[in-house]
Amino acid sequence: MASLIKNIKSSFRKMTTSIKTFFWDMRRAFNARKKKIGAYLDKKNLNLATKFPGWARALIYLSPALIVLSVFTFWPIINSFRLMLYEGYNMSNNTITGYTIFGNFIKVINDESFLFAASHTEGTAVMNTLIIVFISVPVSIFLSLFISVALNGIKPLKGFFQTIYFLPYVTNTIAIGLVIAYMFKADGGLVNELFGLGKFSWVEQGAEYWRSMFVLIFYATWGTLAFKIMVFLTSIQGIDKQYYQAAAIDATPRRRIFSRITVPLISPMIFYILVTSVIGAFKIYNQIVALFGVTGRPAGANYTMQSIVMYIYQYIDGGGNNLSIAAAGSLILFGIILVLTLVQMQASKKRVHY
Amino acid sequence: MELRLENLTKIFTNKTGTDTTAVDDLSITIDSGTLVGLLGPSGCGKSTTLFMIAGLLKPTRGKIFFGEDDVTKLAPEKRGIGLVFQNYALYPHMTVYKNIMFPLENMDVPRDEAIQRVKEMADLVGIGTMLDRKPAQLSGGQQQRVAIARALVKKPRVLLLDEPLSNLDARLRLQMREEIKRIQRETGITTVFVTHDQEEAMSISDKMVVLNFGVEQQYSAPQEMYNTPANLFVAKFLGNPPINSFEADVKDGAVIFNDQKFMQFKEVKDGSYIIGIRPEHFRVAEKDSKDKIKVDIKEIFHVGRDTMIHFELNGQNIRALVDSDSVGDNDKSVELTCKRKRLYVFDKDTGKVINHG
Repeated sequence: MASLIKNIKSSFRKMTTSIKTFFWDMRRAFNARKKKIGAYLDKKNLNLATKFPGWARALIYLSPALIVLSVFTFWPIINSFRLMLYEGYNMSNNTITGYTIFGNFIKVINDESFLFAASHTEGTAVMNTLIIVFISVPVSIFLSLFISVALNGIKPLKGFFQTIYFLPYVTNTIAIGLVIAYMFKADGGLVNELFGLGKFSWVEQGAEYWRSMFVLIFYATWGTLAFKIMVFLTSIQGIDKQYYQAAAIDATPRRRIFSRITVPLISPMIFYILVTSVIGAFKIYNQIVALFGVTGRPAGANYTMQSIVMYIYQYIDGGGNNLSIAAAGSLILFGIILVLTLVQMQASKKRVHY
Repeated sequence: MELRLENLTKIFTNKTGTDTTAVDDLSITIDSGTLVGLLGPSGCGKSTTLFMIAGLLKPTRGKIFFGEDDVTKLAPEKRGIGLVFQNYALYPHMTVYKNIMFPLENMDVPRDEAIQRVKEMADLVGIGTMLDRKPAQLSGGQQQRVAIARALVKKPRVLLLDEPLSNLDARLRLQMREEIKRIQRETGITTVFVTHDQEEAMSISDKMVVLNFGVEQQYSAPQEMYNTPANLFVAKFLGNPPINSFEADVKDGAVIFNDQKFMQFKEVKDGSYIIGIRPEHFRVAEKDSKDKIKVDIKEIFHVGRDTMIHFELNGQNIRALVDSDSVGDNDKSVELTCKRKRLYVFDKDTGKVINHG
């Protein structure tokens, strides 16, 4: 038995040695080839470093990223500006009936399901999105801050709890949505059972607007907690322990340590999370589809849970003849996000300590 | 405020269960209003001692008294101490003013008085004009002053300084040394000061404690410790250039250097000992001097007003710092002597000094 183990060990060692040798030789061969090519290019006077000026070289090195970004990002952005200017665009034969500057915007803004509802009293794409953004973002940031401070404070089972809180990040959004929908089921759902609410309808037939909205915000908040906790926890762990020791000696209460030391010291991270999660929340789509389906409307409801992105999708879907409206909608979304981000950057100047 | 440590012991246990005794049965009393230096090589337990006084570390055994109060079990914030950290730990996002104000915010002090105290303290440490700046806009010495002001503004019972000068350049260090001494004198606060720099400790302390492996080696005034070291460790740790230490036999009470009798010590029994003589305690012997030894000069260096001579005693390289007029450049040999009480005889095993007290 012992000799067998010895044999296995020695053959394993031989194997690793030969693999390492292989990679070593590969690297040598590669370097030799590189030298050869370099010498050839020098001879032909094609050397990148000497032949081209700096800006041209930069462009060559950037080209892979630039090409991909152009095809999938820059061109679509330009296209949406172009589409926004068309009137009566028909995708199948690529014809238009005329041009307009504000026409498509006016159409979108006058749309009852976009900004101001006419017949029904609750729920338009913009109102829904704004409610989600202005509730879920602050709530999730505060919650994740407290959770990460608490996680940083505990010693036993630290890794276990960190894993628990990080799980939503690696779980499929739609799958979580189905679980959440099941938890809030009227008949035998976990929430109703737990709080003894009977057959209280949250997201199904007969659910009121604010109940659906509550579940959606709960879901949106919880789903984004994981990443925030991870970012905050790592930045809290990066704070020098001596600040806390100094504060302890000065008899600083916990509340003040949190507000006067921890928060200011990780303020750049909080700001980063704030900006990215406002943008992320404005783009909410998956969560609504998971809870209410592609129509964004709970069964039998007279209101809609649609978000701005869902509104845009709806017009992309419709045979391609309403692309101009979708383009105008996405530019409005872009405008809102841009303005909000600028406001945040301005407001943060005094409160963020780099 | 008198500060008393009784049998203070700290044992760290690492993950594999090995015990390390950082501080071993330390008992010292620090008189009210004095500045005491905790001195020792790195890892000797001096910072551990300081953090135990601060309450940031819990002693394994022993007690700490502030005056008559037993503070051993008291949380750091209830002890009334001011602590200056090695890297100052100033809050980077607060101005100097807010940094100094911070400890007062947690105390029951009227706002007017708090502002008054911050200003007074800032003036005392000499940063009164920089209250609006952030720590990053200050030099190391200025940051140090802010840290001291922050520690003192709440009028602590004891001020603790953890290697406060180690992050400063040589010139600033000298300046801040005097500043700390001045501030301590003006406020009359009992101060404990940790350092590994013997020169720093000697120049600033009223009394100092030398630690090695957590064990107290000697506790006395700096000059007294320098002149009458309790053991070989203290003798070697203090002084620059370091003390000469070498083996020598004692026969009939006389120390034997290079097979010659040098000096009589009646209290020393015959045997083999370690002898210690500081380089500057050698001097060139007068003609009629009784105890002298003739040595062959190996090398000679002139360092300003002194001359450094290298020679051999009992097979060991020895340095002597003598008056530059007393020895010529071409001298091949010289007769040296030293004062009786400046020659230390140490026990070979324990390192304890034998010929003093």
